[in-house]
Amino acid sequence: MTTPAPVADPAGSTPQSEPPAATRRPRRPRRTKLPYWLIIPAVSTLLIGLGYPVTWQIINSFKEYGLAQQFGQPAEFIGLQNYASLLTDTVFWTIAARSVAFMALTALITMAIGIAFALLMKAIPTWSRIVLQVAMLLAWSMPIVAQMTVANWLIDDRNGVFNYMLSWIPGLDMVGHNWLVEPLSFFGVAMTIIVWASVPFVAFSVYAGLTQVSDEVLEAAQLDGAGRFQTLRLIIMPIIRPVLVILLLLQLIWDLRVFAQIQLLQDFGAAGERYDLLGTYIYGLGIGQGQFGMASAAAMVVLVLTLAVSWGYVRSMLKEDKES
Amino acid sequence: MSRSLLRGGGATLAVVLAAVWAFPVYWMINTSFQTPASINRLTPTFFPTSGTLSNYQSVLADNGFLAGLGMSLTVTAIVLVLCVIYAVLASFAIARFRFRGRTSFVLAVIIVQMLPAEAMFIAQYKMLASVNLLNSIIGVSVIYLAMVVPFTTWMLRGFVAGVPVDLEEAAMIDGCTRMGAFRRVTFPLLAPGIVASGVFAFVQVWNEFALASIILTENDKATLPLWLRDFAQTSNLGVTEWGQVMAGSVLVAIPVIIFFMIVQGRMAQGLVGGAVKG
Repeated sequence: MTTPAPVADPAGSTPQSEPPAATRRPRRPRRTKLPYWLIIPAVSTLLIGLGYPVTWQIINSFKEYGLAQQFGQPAEFIGLQNYASLLTDTVFWTIAARSVAFMALTALITMAIGIAFALLMKAIPTWSRIVLQVAMLLAWSMPIVAQMTVANWLIDDRNGVFNYMLSWIPGLDMVGHNWLVEPLSFFGVAMTIIVWASVPFVAFSVYAGLTQVSDEVLEAAQLDGAGRFQTLRLIIMPIIRPVLVILLLLQLIWDLRVFAQIQLLQDFGAAGERYDLLGTYIYGLGIGQGQFGMASAAAMVVLVLTLAVSWGYVRSMLKEDKES
Repeated sequence: MSRSLLRGGGATLAVVLAAVWAFPVYWMINTSFQTPASINRLTPTFFPTSGTLSNYQSVLADNGFLAGLGMSLTVTAIVLVLCVIYAVLASFAIARFRFRGRTSFVLAVIIVQMLPAEAMFIAQYKMLASVNLLNSIIGVSVIYLAMVVPFTTWMLRGFVAGVPVDLEEAAMIDGCTRMGAFRRVTFPLLAPGIVASGVFAFVQVWNEFALASIILTENDKATLPLWLRDFAQTSNLGVTEWGQVMAGSVLVAIPVIIFFMIVQGRMAQGLVGGAVKG
């Protein structure tokens, strides 16, 4: 997948077979080597930074890294054994299922809140919309490390303002409560931070989509007797559907790669298998225990999962490339 | 009547939500101006009325911060310069030419953007270890370059395609070579695109944590995100100096917030692409 060398390319011949494309685009059918020279730097960067590691990973996911290898023995091929022991390991399955559930739930909540924000932004006076937009931009632009550090200070058990404010609720005394001990609460914290940071992108994009819905269409619907909810469901949603699909895909992809957030939260709070998602699990296997074969196999699973989720996005981007 | 009431209610709700969303950022800034005494009080200080700059002074005098800043600036500068050059060339190729292998290249450019760090970092770690490039600027730059070139290429492709080919062809009739026409005619018109995609690459490299935490394990090679993580953890006799940690967070975040404000419109556009047209 990261070998973009100019080899046999089944799709490459299509532009010539389409008459409109053929008359518009390749005005100079004369063969030129120039584009190949132009992509050499980019291609070699990708080959070194990603192509080689992926190849290494595929090969090593079939090798054994045990105690002997830590003393310098070359790793031996063991076929599918890594995959087999991974896929029969309940710990791996638990963590994989947890990751997928975390991804899906986080993405759906982000989408729901983001869409609600966009609808709100459409309905309110300009000044209040700008206030909301500025606040969201601030949240959106926070580096992940800063996000996590600040979050950790907010929920600090002794002096954190979050516990303090919760204790305003009559009968509730949360001061001293550690939110990172109970695994469910740990992931709740992680999810809240990720949703907080991702809602702005969704809200801005959906809002941009909503502004494309012309007022005349909405007026016509109103004249035909459509209510608010009907207009939303039957007119607005179908028009912005393509945006929503792409946004959901992007959120799913991004919420699968939350290594940094989980790792930082573990650094601050509790660590261990019960607090792992796939990223931190692979890190523990590879860097922590030196089991590079198993870690490679687990990484391949993540790779395949990512490609499966992102296929729709890739297709829509390819389509955009064909159209332009 | 009820309509204006609804708008008023909506505006109130928006302001409340804005307050909730901005609160963590506000709290970071608020804490960064407070003395340890007012931070550790049982009742939080909601406004830094008796503010102090001492937290910033300590952070700016911290050797780790300065080393991290140097490391981050060096890596970011190297990656940014090479990334822009590579991406301009590649985007010219895919926007202006149909060639064998083009679709494969475009496909690779798109897919690579999807790959999560956790699916690759073990292999990248082993690769750099095998050539002794762990804890080196070159090693981390090579990986970062592969991380940002695809998105930058993809974004610039749109900008190159936006410049009419006719302009280049006119220049070629006047005696320019293909490359010369691109350099003299199209390239100067790409400035806004280069700024936008360059800022995006900057933000990605500046913020990157996952790979850095694996590749850069030595203290004096830490980038700013790694420094902040360690800084928040090296507590003073079990007590974290939250004022200084928040001052550090502000300093790490400020360049990103500024650049982000400049290009946020374009970023959403680049990612969601043409899905809105229609």
